[in-house]
Amino acid sequence: MFGIVDPKQAVEAVWRIEAGRVIAGLARLVGDVGLAEELAQDALVAALEQWPAEGVPRNPGAWLMTTAKRRAIDQIRRRERFERNLPELVHPAEADTSDFDAVLEEEPIEDDLLRLIFTACHPVLSPEARVALTLRMLGGLSTVEIARAFLVPDATVGQRISRAKKTLADAHVPFELPVGADRAARLASVLEVIYLIFNEGYSATAGDDWMRPALCEEAMRVGRVLAGLMPAEAEVHGLVALLEIQASRSAARTDPSGEPIVLLEQDRSRWDRLLIRRGLDALARAEALGGGTYTLQAAIAACHARARTAAETDWSRIALLYRDLAAIAPSPIVELNRAVAVSMADGPAAGLAVLDPLADEPTLRNYHLLPSVRADFLLRLGRPAEARAEFERAASMTRNERERSLLLSRAAAC
Amino acid sequence: MRYMLMHRLDQTNAAAWQPDPEFMAKMGAFMEEVGKAGVLLAAEGLTHPSAGAQTITVKNGQTTVVDGPFAEAKEVIGGFGILQVRDEAEAVEWGRRFAALFDEVAVEVRRVSEFE
Repeated sequence: MFGIVDPKQAVEAVWRIEAGRVIAGLARLVGDVGLAEELAQDALVAALEQWPAEGVPRNPGAWLMTTAKRRAIDQIRRRERFERNLPELVHPAEADTSDFDAVLEEEPIEDDLLRLIFTACHPVLSPEARVALTLRMLGGLSTVEIARAFLVPDATVGQRISRAKKTLADAHVPFELPVGADRAARLASVLEVIYLIFNEGYSATAGDDWMRPALCEEAMRVGRVLAGLMPAEAEVHGLVALLEIQASRSAARTDPSGEPIVLLEQDRSRWDRLLIRRGLDALARAEALGGGTYTLQAAIAACHARARTAAETDWSRIALLYRDLAAIAPSPIVELNRAVAVSMADGPAAGLAVLDPLADEPTLRNYHLLPSVRADFLLRLGRPAEARAEFERAASMTRNERERSLLLSRAAAC
Repeated sequence: MRYMLMHRLDQTNAAAWQPDPEFMAKMGAFMEEVGKAGVLLAAEGLTHPSAGAQTITVKNGQTTVVDGPFAEAKEVIGGFGILQVRDEAEAVEWGRRFAALFDEVAVEVRRVSEFE
């Protein structure tokens, strides 16, 4: 596109940059996130009417905020008149906003933005609602864009958002930051929402080609915003590191026909060095602050990112990191991954010793990767008959046709 | 998607290359804003060509190295930033805010090529 940017697009660009801050500031004034979002949307409509003709104001964020504040005062006055049946004393257009300005100057808008993030990710909401509200209020995404990203009808997203706002209002969720024992759990919920948004884009099971990468970028952006707002929180940096490093592999993880390429077979020249560098920087900050589960996952991802070739991967370190991860977040999947890392570091017998206790794990009973990893170890140990049986068992478990034929051909080759 | 913002300054404008504290404060605030917005991936400022600039040219297979930035250029690149944004309009909006810090500047907004 050449020439001057379309005015409507210019307004929408400002909106995406400012939406979170405007909604956050308004939410503190009116004490209701849903109402704040509606007022901010009204201001956006006004901007779409005025800016194309009058030009984008010098400080567009302040313009949106002032316009929305006037509307907030309008509403409050109207409600007061309605409730008290008082005569109109002041024309809304002349309304004095100095009290509101004073409130806004008390505390930096950053604090409001953080409150907004925590409110949008409040546990009283379903995960789908948290994701939709976060994208809508912090990412400035429209209902249509969110619907496109999740392959659901626009109306579904619209309902999800309006129900979420109602839930927050009904539950009298205060526009405050959680303190004390509640804080860690609430932060975990925020990080989970960001990771959910990222994975929705990254897993690419379905959805719009354009919106899916946008979800990953949006998750990274919100993560970076959060890291700026909570610079002392290790796990915020840990999550950002994990997202940056995972995203660095985006261009290498599928072949031209769209089939996935496993990590060790990816063309590392297609990994994004800029994102890797950012990820490693974020990881260093996270580790200096103490770390956690996201930090450990990022550290594992970083081991791969640092290796110029698959053969140079520091598997001993990865095995240790999985052990640390299992210690704070025990899970059979983590243990399965640790077995693979141990086998790469110390050989298949050592890997098998980690893997075999998982044989009776109920959650892995129908998980084809357990027998397929075991088959691989057995094959490397020179036990082809057992390996063949395990590959066949794995093939019988997967529902993915392509995977099944791959496993059967490996069985036949034993 | 990514955009690179490059700004060009008049190399004869000494003041532009030796910013005063007031300008530095404005620039610092802008960098904080764009950083906190989560869109800035990388940024660097360049020194005036007199501090070190060479141009390497290949023509008909012949390589030459000459002193200075591109010949006869009055305006030279003063720095760049790489932003991750949703669309070109968003990159232009950031470019507009950046440009507003200067009395005189040209800011070029270019799409960065990425693997598809």
